[in-house]
Amino acid sequence: MYAQMIQSTGKGVKSLDEMDPTERAFQERIDAGGKIEPKDWMPAGYRKNLIRQIGQHAHSEIIGQLPEGNWITRAPTLERKAILLAKVQDEAGHGLYLYCAAETLGITRDEMFEALNEGRMKYSSIFNYPTLTWADMGAVGWLVDGAAIMNQVPLQRTSYGPYARAMVRICKEESFHQRQGFDIMMKMCAGSEAQKRMAQDALNRFWYPSLMMFGPSDAESVHSAQSMAWKIKMNTNDELRQKFVDQTVPQAEYLGLTVPDETIKWNDEKGGYDFAEPDWTEFYDVLAGNGPCNHDRLETRKQAWDDGAWVREGMLAHAAKKRTAKVAAE
Amino acid sequence: MNTPEKAAPKRTGEWPLFEVFIRGQHGLSHRHVGSLHAPDAEMAIKNARDVYTRRNEGVSIWVVEAEAIHASAPGEKEALYDPSNDKVYRHPTFFDVPEEVGHM
Repeated sequence: MYAQMIQSTGKGVKSLDEMDPTERAFQERIDAGGKIEPKDWMPAGYRKNLIRQIGQHAHSEIIGQLPEGNWITRAPTLERKAILLAKVQDEAGHGLYLYCAAETLGITRDEMFEALNEGRMKYSSIFNYPTLTWADMGAVGWLVDGAAIMNQVPLQRTSYGPYARAMVRICKEESFHQRQGFDIMMKMCAGSEAQKRMAQDALNRFWYPSLMMFGPSDAESVHSAQSMAWKIKMNTNDELRQKFVDQTVPQAEYLGLTVPDETIKWNDEKGGYDFAEPDWTEFYDVLAGNGPCNHDRLETRKQAWDDGAWVREGMLAHAAKKRTAKVAAE
Repeated sequence: MNTPEKAAPKRTGEWPLFEVFIRGQHGLSHRHVGSLHAPDAEMAIKNARDVYTRRNEGVSIWVVEAEAIHASAPGEKEALYDPSNDKVYRHPTFFDVPEEVGHM
């Protein structure tokens, strides 16, 4: 997902009996569906986990602007260009909502930026794949935003108040993203043979990386069990991946496209599709920094940060000067 | 509110944090929507417009430096709110109105 492989304390989930009264009250509040707010007591692990998860989620929104930004200047029509621009601007907004939620946990925004730039914090593996053709704008909106929605809708009920509220805002805006992607795919699939081939090629390249977004199976993971007990993760990776496949395959059929998985088959018994797992070696490799665009994405981000330094400093100096002038006038 | 228990140490060169409040179309009060960083209040309002009102969410924006906000402490919850809990007669449902009297 936008936050992948988040490690918790690793000690497994404590039972209520093993907790001291403060922690027990905290857990019982979560179990009862209550919200935890910034100034409330929380276990150090909960705070740390959330900073990692929300931070990674925010970084993904920010880095996620790059693959699509790549096509803004080359959108086929003025309307498509305006739509893509609005979509990318939303991603920036989503990053900002999330940074603001993470900051309530006691980390500063600049610390998070530095951690991203220095590779100490990650962003989603999906954004390390290139966007080679215009059809990729369709595939990204349809599949990548589609997968993100799967994860973000349940997170609106997450236990941490500021995170849940950021998710509500994000989900309201996200469905425009998926629809504009699907709209591009519909247009291309109703077009010339070459355009259809381009759409199929985009699906072929983005299918498995989209499945990877949910992360490897975590049914046995102590980290996930802890996150689920804390309600900062609402479903297992496999549940969400299954839901995504079940939703997406009929949409591909509608488009007249073939999902690049020969084994995919409806399973009546489980009421969902059986499908092939993505190549997890590739996933770990991309996370380790060896995907096709890791280097490029991070360098672009660092350069933007460095190039913007004089603006940030200049604005602060200007604000200070105005304050002094105002005091002098009083 | 963005007022963590232990505020992270302020770093040099970081823009201050502003809390953003927006009044929607329908005459309701300003409502807290989130926060952002800006060099001063004027820029904070401009940024708030881009971050929080991309879809006509509001007709008026307030920004307040987060440091200027005073909040009640979670530990005082009982002391603050308990006294009103035992005054049930403050709610109209406390009083039975005979059916014959009709709507009141």
